[in-house]
Amino acid sequence: MHIPDGFLSTPVWTSSAVISTAYITFVIKRLKKVLQEKLIPMMGVLGAFIFAAQMFNFPVAGGTSGHLLGGVLAAVVIGPLAGSFVLTTVLVIQCLIFQDGGFTALGANVFNLAIVGTLGGYAVYALLLKLLGGKSAGKTALYICYGIAAWFSVVMASASCSVMLALSKTAPIKIVLPAMVGIHMIIGLGEAVITIFALAAIRHARPDLLERRQAL
Amino acid sequence: MNKKYLLGIMIFCILLGVTASFLASEYPDGLEWVAGQIGFLTAGEGKEAISSPLPDYVFPGIENRFIAGALAAILGTVITFFIALLLGKLIIKRNRTGE
Repeated sequence: MHIPDGFLSTPVWTSSAVISTAYITFVIKRLKKVLQEKLIPMMGVLGAFIFAAQMFNFPVAGGTSGHLLGGVLAAVVIGPLAGSFVLTTVLVIQCLIFQDGGFTALGANVFNLAIVGTLGGYAVYALLLKLLGGKSAGKTALYICYGIAAWFSVVMASASCSVMLALSKTAPIKIVLPAMVGIHMIIGLGEAVITIFALAAIRHARPDLLERRQAL
Repeated sequence: MNKKYLLGIMIFCILLGVTASFLASEYPDGLEWVAGQIGFLTAGEGKEAISSPLPDYVFPGIENRFIAGALAAILGTVITFFIALLLGKLIIKRNRTGE
């Protein structure tokens, strides 16, 4: 879902860049106060995993492919702010070194994937978890929250991307939104499965990492 | 997180990336596919704002495309690990300089 240069109009990519820059500035300021040192190795590991996993396109619905976004995974393990920071780091590296995602579209990609996909996905997770009992929610409920949030993260990101394309007059909203959301509802299933498995693995190996329930 | 554990996970990530460079689906991703269907895929052609050293996850100048891809995957995975780690450490540096 990395938008290349040329898809977005100047007003859209510049305002996305401004919003994303403001967001990251806020995140850094906030993390300076709350980031726990013990989470830093996980930032590295999550970055590496998400980078590698995003290379792994899996075929979807005959003719398309999808890959992990990783927003909910990162947000659940290190918190939504650090999570969106790591996603942003991955996006910047992908853009600058591998030409994956346009340089002018970087702000837009950060917005869709690190903000909508990560922060937004985490919000869905937190809300769902609360609805299902919060701290007293059982393990099954927890995994359901992981999966549904992960699915939503991809779908919401694709919707956000569609809006940007429509605002840019690159494609009409009535066509691009259903098309993007439609395909990403399927890709989102892959996101849900991978996210659940990854979190299950982390729970198994390092349950302490997920017991924290720290806010940010 | 102890070093051995960290190394184990990094090896896994590197292997994941290398495997991806061989096995990843060639099909266009969701956005590319939609762009192709609707007709704006070419809007991005030739519009690259910057030039990158390893475009499309391939190491330039290497004949064997499997090696070129695997190298790019390894490099990217490792670089991302260190940069994310470094940025985390920079963020936390406030502990030593101030409150």
